[in-house]
This record gives sequence, C-alpha cells and structure tokens, in this order.
Amino acid sequence: MTATPDDCLARNEWICGEYLSTRRSILGDAVVQHLQLTVAAVLIGLAIAVPLAVAARRWRWAAGPVLGITTVLYTIPSLAMFSLLLPVYGLSASIVIAGLVFYSLTLLVRNILAGLRAVPEETRQAARGMGYGPVRLLLAVELPLALPAAMAGLRIATVSAVSLVTIGAIVGYGGLGNLIYSGMNTYFKAQVLTASVLCVIIAVAADLLLLLVQRYATPWTRAVGE
Amino acid sequence: MNTLAGAWEWLTDGANWSGEGGIGNRLTQHLYLTGVCLALSCLIALPVALVLGHIGKGGALAVNISNIGRAVPTFAVLVLLLLSPIGGYGSWPTIIALVLFAVPPLLTNAYVGMRGVDRDVVRAARGMGMTGRQLLTGVEIPLALPLILTGVRIAAVQLVATATIAALAGGGGLGRIITAGFNLASTSQVVAGALLVAVFALLVEGLFEAGQRLAPSWARDRG
Repeated sequence: MTATPDDCLARNEWICGEYLSTRRSILGDAVVQHLQLTVAAVLIGLAIAVPLAVAARRWRWAAGPVLGITTVLYTIPSLAMFSLLLPVYGLSASIVIAGLVFYSLTLLVRNILAGLRAVPEETRQAARGMGYGPVRLLLAVELPLALPAAMAGLRIATVSAVSLVTIGAIVGYGGLGNLIYSGMNTYFKAQVLTASVLCVIIAVAADLLLLLVQRYATPWTRAVGE
Repeated sequence: MNTLAGAWEWLTDGANWSGEGGIGNRLTQHLYLTGVCLALSCLIALPVALVLGHIGKGGALAVNISNIGRAVPTFAVLVLLLLSPIGGYGSWPTIIALVLFAVPPLLTNAYVGMRGVDRDVVRAARGMGMTGRQLLTGVEIPLALPLILTGVRIAAVQLVATATIAALAGGGGLGRIITAGFNLASTSQVVAGALLVAVFALLVEGLFEAGQRLAPSWARDRG
C-alpha cells in the first residue's frame, strides 16, 4: 500500500461505515464479551438476591443487616470496586462479574423484598387455609405475586450492569468498554462512537426483552393496570 | 491481608500525601469536581422538576429520563466529549459528563416529590386564595422537600463514586491514585485509592444522613 486511502477511517470521522465492515469481528467479540459479563453477573446476582430477600422477609432481624450491607456495597465506586477485588481474583473476568453482582444485589434485594412485603396478608391466610405449607406458599403464592416488583428491579439492575461493564476496561475485561478505552487512547472517533452506541442499544434491548418477559410471566397485571 | 497491610502502609506514608499526585491534592480535586457538578446539576434539574411538578406536566419525561440516563455509560459519554471539540477545554468534558449523569436522579426524585404532595392540601391552599407562586414556595416545595433532598443525596453519593472515572480519561481526583497504581502494578496503591474513594462516598452519605436526622421533623424522609 503506497498512498493512504482517503476513506472515513483515514479522516477519523465519527460515523464510518468502513469501520463497521472492517472491524466486524472485533465488534462482535466485544459485544459477546459484554453480554456474557452482564448475563453472568445478573444471573448470579439473582441467585443470591432471592434467598437473601426471602430470608429478610421471613426473619425480621435479618432485614436490617441485609439491606444495610447491600446499600454500602452500592456506594463503592465501580472503579474502586474492581480494584478492591483485584487481590481476590487477580486480573480476570471474575473481577468484573463479582463487582457487578455486588451492584445488582442492592437493586434486586430491595425490589424483591418490597414485592414480598406487598403480598396481602389475606392472600397468605387464604393459601394457608387451603393447606399450603410454607415452601409451597412461597413458591406458588408469594414469589409469583412479588414478580412485578422483582422484574422492575431486574430491569434496572440489568441496564445498570450493561453500562457498568464498560468500566471493566480498567482490568481489560470491559466488553465494549475495551474498545472505548483503546479508542480514547488512539483518538479513534469511529470506534468510540460505535462502541458507545452499541452499549446503549444492548441496554435498551435488554430492557425491552425483560419487559416482554414480565408481560408474559404476569398476565394478571395486564388487565388491571395500564 | 498482605494487600490490606500494604495499602495501610501506603496510606500512612507521608510522602504519598504531598505533591501534585499526592493524596491531599487528589482529595481536593475530587471534592472540587463533585461540588461543582452537584451544584450545576441541581441548578439545572431542580427548577425544571419543580416547575414541571407544579404545573403537573411532563411526568413521563421526568420519569423516563432517569431510565435513559441509566442506559448511557458515563464513561462512554466522557470519552465521546473528550474526542469532540469540547475535549480541549480542560476539565469541562468531565464536568459535563458528570452533570449529565447526576441530573436524572435529581429530576425524577424532585418531580415525584412534587406530584406526591397531597392533592387535598393543594386544593385547600388554592381555596385560601394562594397564588401559583405562593402555592409553589409555601406549600408544595416544603412538602416535597424530603424527596428532593433524597434525590440530592443520591446524586451526591453517586457523583463522588463516579468522579473516579475522570481518571480513566486523564482527569484529576482520587481515581488517579487507582489508575496510577494500576500502571505501577502496585496492588497496595490501587487498594489504598479504592479505600479512599469508598470512605469518601460513605462519608458523604453519612453527612446527608446526619443532616436529615438533625432537620426538623417535617423535612425528614418518612419513606
């Protein structure tokens, strides 16, 4: 190649079709990593949050510490969180996932607990009267009724996680954040803009997907509300 | 535990406190950045939210803006601003990115607070012949104050935490201690920086908490 090609990459433009076509695999890998980190974090967060919320609902004394600790975790800055976990996990994707799990816990526990607390006492008594044991009461009555509030928390947690993954760039596992970070250092406008837009698209798509799941999973709320 | 001991050693070393990159200077930068951004975002968000809440319009906007704000990574906004023409103006890219980040919670909380004022009270005030302005300053704002302050508190704590991101883009503040630690591969310095930011954030949270406890009972958050 002798002369510099006069395309939008050489001119360093914000919007560049050339970039999309030539870096497709890099973008694809970044999106996949972004999704993996987000999904892993949210699923683990959910797996921890549900028992915590159920415990906080069941035993009054547990509610204070559970809410307190998760709130404190939430105030730790993401950059600091990822660096504080450095000695524990070393330089790996687990750092980012663990950090995101901590953040999602606050939102999830709060919302699930609020949902569980909103289950009317009469409903609970009616279920008991029908011979429901504590486990069946929880699984068949309380958790389904807490679903709308829990899903609201899940949506917020997921959207926040998508946006926070970008900070993972500091440890090299930031999905699209890696591209933003390296684009900043090389002053590569098209890369930064494309990665940022993809980030927002992922967040919005995840939110809509969860909204659809919520509508499908809680058909009874459709007739009443809206 | 070695790391924590190392971090403590780093923190208690007097040499790390002075100079351009010292803890003292970084702390001042962080405080300044947070303060300026909080003031600016309050100036932008609160009047809009109070007026919207008063006339009862734009509710969907006020609530949705906070959802949109969450979906846009602050880091991405910061880098985009840096690469745009604004990037040449010192710390303005950081300030703008942080203000954009802090406005949504302020706006949403203040609006929800204004709309949450008991409609009967508002009607009673109207019936007493209060003008719109009197209603706003004498009835609605005082009653909405707890939620407005909750919004300010959330914004302040999140600003302290998020201001560290400025360091990723070469800005000042406590985040620089963390990124410098990364570049030096010094885990103890990274952890020390992280501890400083976390303590700062918790301190701000504590200050607001204390302020709310000391405030007269009607200005407290009952939620």
